Formats: sequence, C-alpha cells, structure tokens
Amino acid sequence: MRGIDKKYNFPDARGRYGLFGGRYVPETVIYALDELAAAYAKAQKDRRFKAELAGYLKSFVGRPSPLYFAERLTQHVGSPRIWFKREDLNHTGAHKINNTVGQILLALRMRKTRIIAETGAGQHGLATATVCARFGLPCVIYMGAEDVIRQAPNVEKMRLLGAEVVPVESGSKTLKDATNQAMRDWVTNIRTTFYIIGSVVGPHPYPMIVRDLQSVIGKETKVQSLKILGKLPDALVACVGGGSNAIGLFYPFIRSKVKLIGIEAAGHGLDSGKHSATLTKGKPGVLHGSYSYLLFDAEGQITLPHSVSAGLDYPGVGPEHSHLRDSGRVEYHSATDQEAVDAFKLTSRLEGIIPAMETSHAIAWLVANGRTFRRNQNVVVCLSGRGDKDMPILSSLGELK
Amino acid sequence: MTNRVSTLIGSPNRRKLLVPFVTVGYPTFAMSRQLAETAIESGADMLELGMPFSDPLADGPQVQLSSQVALQHGTGLGDLFELTAELRRGTDIPILAMGYYNPVLSRGLDRFFGEAKSAGIDGLIIPDLPPEEAGPFLDQAGKHDIASVFLVAPTSTAMRVRRIEQRCTDFVYAVTVTGVTGAGRSFDDQTDRYLSSLRKQLRKPFVAGFGVSSSASAKRLCRHADGVVIGSALIRLVEENGRAERAVGKVGDFLKSVRESLNGQ
Repeated sequence: MRGIDKKYNFPDARGRYGLFGGRYVPETVIYALDELAAAYAKAQKDRRFKAELAGYLKSFVGRPSPLYFAERLTQHVGSPRIWFKREDLNHTGAHKINNTVGQILLALRMRKTRIIAETGAGQHGLATATVCARFGLPCVIYMGAEDVIRQAPNVEKMRLLGAEVVPVESGSKTLKDATNQAMRDWVTNIRTTFYIIGSVVGPHPYPMIVRDLQSVIGKETKVQSLKILGKLPDALVACVGGGSNAIGLFYPFIRSKVKLIGIEAAGHGLDSGKHSATLTKGKPGVLHGSYSYLLFDAEGQITLPHSVSAGLDYPGVGPEHSHLRDSGRVEYHSATDQEAVDAFKLTSRLEGIIPAMETSHAIAWLVANGRTFRRNQNVVVCLSGRGDKDMPILSSLGELK
Repeated sequence: MTNRVSTLIGSPNRRKLLVPFVTVGYPTFAMSRQLAETAIESGADMLELGMPFSDPLADGPQVQLSSQVALQHGTGLGDLFELTAELRRGTDIPILAMGYYNPVLSRGLDRFFGEAKSAGIDGLIIPDLPPEEAGPFLDQAGKHDIASVFLVAPTSTAMRVRRIEQRCTDFVYAVTVTGVTGAGRSFDDQTDRYLSSLRKQLRKPFVAGFGVSSSASAKRLCRHADGVVIGSALIRLVEENGRAERAVGKVGDFLKSVRESLNGQ
C-alpha cells in the first residue's frame, strides 16, 4: 500500500508536514505563536495538565464515545460491516469540544484573559462559548453574516452561553471572512487574547495542537476495536472540511496498515465549480497562515466554495491532509450535496441517528462504495456530529416532506 | 544599474521619507493612476502600490474596501505591472508593490519577479510572509535585484528584529502598533518608546506605518523613524469625496501638508 511511513513524524521543527504548513502570518502574530508553542510543549510534559484534560473529557464532554455497530445500515449496503464512532454523543453534539476543552486549559495556563474564535456552521463557536462559560472567560465569536442567518439556532445558543457573536459583513460573509476577522482581532489584542482555532488549519502550531487534541477519537477507536473486534478495523472513513475530525480519527492509525479515507464535499458536482473539494480540485497556496491545498483562481484570489453543509464550506484544508494526499497515505474522495442529503435521511431512518450534514458526506461515500469492501471487513465512520442543527437547511431544500 | 531603493536610501542628504500607498484599481484603474501621479507630484519619496487580495487579513476597513472594489473590476497583477510601467515614464522614485503572498506565489515566483522587474518595480512588501518562509522568494528577489522589505512589530523580540533587519535589503518597515492597518489612530508615549528603542536596535533606516492619518502623527513618528507610510487615510479621503475626481486634489493637498510638516525634521 502506498504512503505508509512507519517513522511518520510531522510536523518538523519548522511546522511543516512535508511541503505543507508553516507560519505565513503578519509579524505581530509570530510572538504569540512562539508563546503558544512553548506553552503547549510544557503542558504536554505536565502530568497535571493531562490529568485535568482527561477529567474534563470524561465528566464534562462525556467521553469515551461509543463505537457502535450500524446493523441496519450494514444490511442495507451489503458490505462491509459499518461502525460509527459516536462523536455526536459528546456534549454540544460534535467532536469540536474535544479541541476547545484542551485549548481553553492552555489559555488558562498562559493567563490569557479573553477568548476569540471563528465559526462557520456554529459548532465550533458553540463548543468555544461552552468552555468559556464553564471557565468564566469572556468570549467573542466571529461568524459570517450569511452564516448568522443560516445557522440561527446556534447563534442563540452561543448568546445564551454568554458569548458575543459578531456578524462579519466583509468579503463573502462566510467562514473564511470570519477567520480573517478573528485574525484581525487577534493581531490587535495579541497580548491578552487567546485565539481558539477550530480545525487543523492556520499557522503552526495550531494544526498540530488541534490534531493532538482530536486524536482522542482515534485512540479510543483503537482500544474499542481491539476489545470488540479483537483486531484493528480494515478502514476508517471521515468527512474533511478543514479536516479535524478526520485527522483525529486517522492519526493514531497512521503508521498502521489500516486504510484511511477522507471525504470532501463535491457540492453540485466536482465539475460544477460549486464545491468544497479542496484536495481533489485545488492547488497548493497560502491562506490563513499555512501552505496547503486551496481553491483559488488564475490570479491567486481565493474562490468561494460551496457545500450544503456549512461545516465543509471552506476553501482550504489542513496542511497535514495536503501532505497525506501527496504521500498517498490517505485516499480522498467526495460526495455531492444530494448524496449527503440522501445519506442523512437514510441513516436517520435505518439507525435512529440523525447525523450532521458534514458526517453524511462520509456515510454517503460508504453507501455508494460499500461493495469495494468484503462482507466481513470492518469500516469505522467518524460520526462527527449530530444533525439537529441541519433541520432548517433540510427543510428549505424541501427534503422533510 | 543600481536599484532605485538603494540609491534613495543611500543618498547622503536623505530627507524624512513620505511613502504613500495606493491600491491598484481603486476606485478605478484610471483613478488609481491619477492618485499615484498626484502622490508623486505632492512629494512622495517612494510609492507603494497595493496588490488587491480577496482575504486581506492584516488590513483594516479602508484597505479591505479598496481591495474589494478593485477586485470587483477584475483588477489583477497585470494591472499592477501596467500601472507601474505607465508611472515609470514620468518618475524615477522607487515603486514598491505591497500585497499578500498567494497571488505572487500562484503567478510562479520566477515569472512574477521577471514581470515586476521589467515593469519597473523596485521592491516588494508581503505582510503575510515572514523571513522564515521567504527562502525561495528571497532567491528570486536577489536574482532580479528587487529590494525586499520585511515588517517588524511591537511584539518582535530583539533577536527577531536583528534577523528581520538582515533580510531587509535596504530598509525596515516598522508596524507602529499591534493591530491592522487603518486610519485615525492616535499614537502615545508607548509608540514613541517603541520607535526610539527600534532606532537603537537597527542599523538600517526604517519607515513607520499602520494608522498614520495626519501631519501631526506623521511628524511624531518621524522623531524616530526615517519616514512614514500613509495608505488608509488616502482611501478614506477618496471615500469621503464620493470616489469622484475631486478626491485626487484632496489627496494631493493632504500629502503636500504632510510633506511640509516633515520638511525640516
């Protein structure tokens, strides 16, 4: 199999995953990245930090999340045996909180007094607002003005939790612009403010920190597989926007022979020009602090992605995914809006689980490609979040009649 | 031929430098040309031409707006080269291009630098490209004899300031405060102390930018700095004058007044 590297050890000292990653940021920010990298290195060696994090993951987040056999979906698809890693059962309903709990503990250690974050669908904003409420830190969430309208229920929850939600009116008024605005806030308030980035994107050390914090997903999956199956699964499947749930699931398996498959959002189709399939259709470039695959035009201007799922609607992707794509260790495929909507409904009816629209892309790919696996093979899908938040979108598409 | 930046920086009777910033294609290509010409006539020592980008994360509202307007007209790097070549016929002051890395990188560094050089661009400022990531960029800049200018910030450690200075071919760009670009900032003792300490740390000259919007603030910064960059304040003037022709005159008057206040410093 291509790309298996038994000594895989990224990022390197320069924050690179092969060619990708780095720190392409304004000079003002460099100091804060150095400070964060140092604080994180220290925390990693500190047993108290680890114990504290494990404690909150258990009692506040509700981990470990179960590994669940999707029996009726398996019967429906025919092959392979499909398992769900139930991140939807976490507090706040998605994997995002694994990361925000860890980052806020770092922020507290660094004596930062204010938290900012960007959000697209609102799941990361919600997870950030939640930990800020828990630890009593003021919280500002930047969200594209378009998304504030599209994801109204999450905005209300964030406000209820005490966060200030700032609608971003610049550019395309979506996630990338919210990220720009969060960066501008950070540059301005750099000494007091901790920026909780929500995915494995941004300048080093963020992609590494978010990966490490999300790796709890893969570590548990490994233990649970050995216990339930007596062996590792044959393949892992996860959706990829920025790519945090996918890296979280994949990373502990990266040196093994387990097949790893990431699913991007093909929107209206890969050749429609309206998609978010960065790794499939993009080119390497620089945005939001790192060198990675990206969607941009002939002039190098970032183009607008599209996906029915706001969480995948981003023109970039984490630099480690770019490396894993080029090395061949992870296969990247895609599913369209319609395929995702169909999988959303199918999973709800067959399993009694309403998956997030992001997650539905991963399920959709497996439903369409299950026959490429044998009947007795075991495939784990990261059920990265619950789909309640997507009901208004489904309804507006006329899919709930 | 010596680079125009080196000639200016090395000239024995160098005055305090006035460096206006004009976004290419804002509010239109023709008007950006007029604004640049007016800036030159009004006493600019160097000119910065802004290359618009879809995601200008180091910029405040004014430069964001000018970039967005320019991109809506389809402004691209071709317009930067065209404008520079046109200005070159009438002026010998250094022209620097300022913008984000992705458009430059996606052009192909070799091609970009070749085009920049033949158009008459003398230097480049890329705010999202710190020296650590600039290896291939610097190779090309050196090959084409184009000046590289990196930024230092109030949060840069002494060690970084030294390292950044080494990477700057002629002068250093000092960000006055932690924050994004934008007009209407007031500077205080802290800014003075910061610039004064930079003065002691640096061997090369430095210009100060981000937030310079009046003669008074330009004069204050130039107590320690060797010059000032003024961008957002000019965009604000253009907006206040409805992006109409009369804005060109206002920008000229404003820059002349700044020039006046810097003379004799």
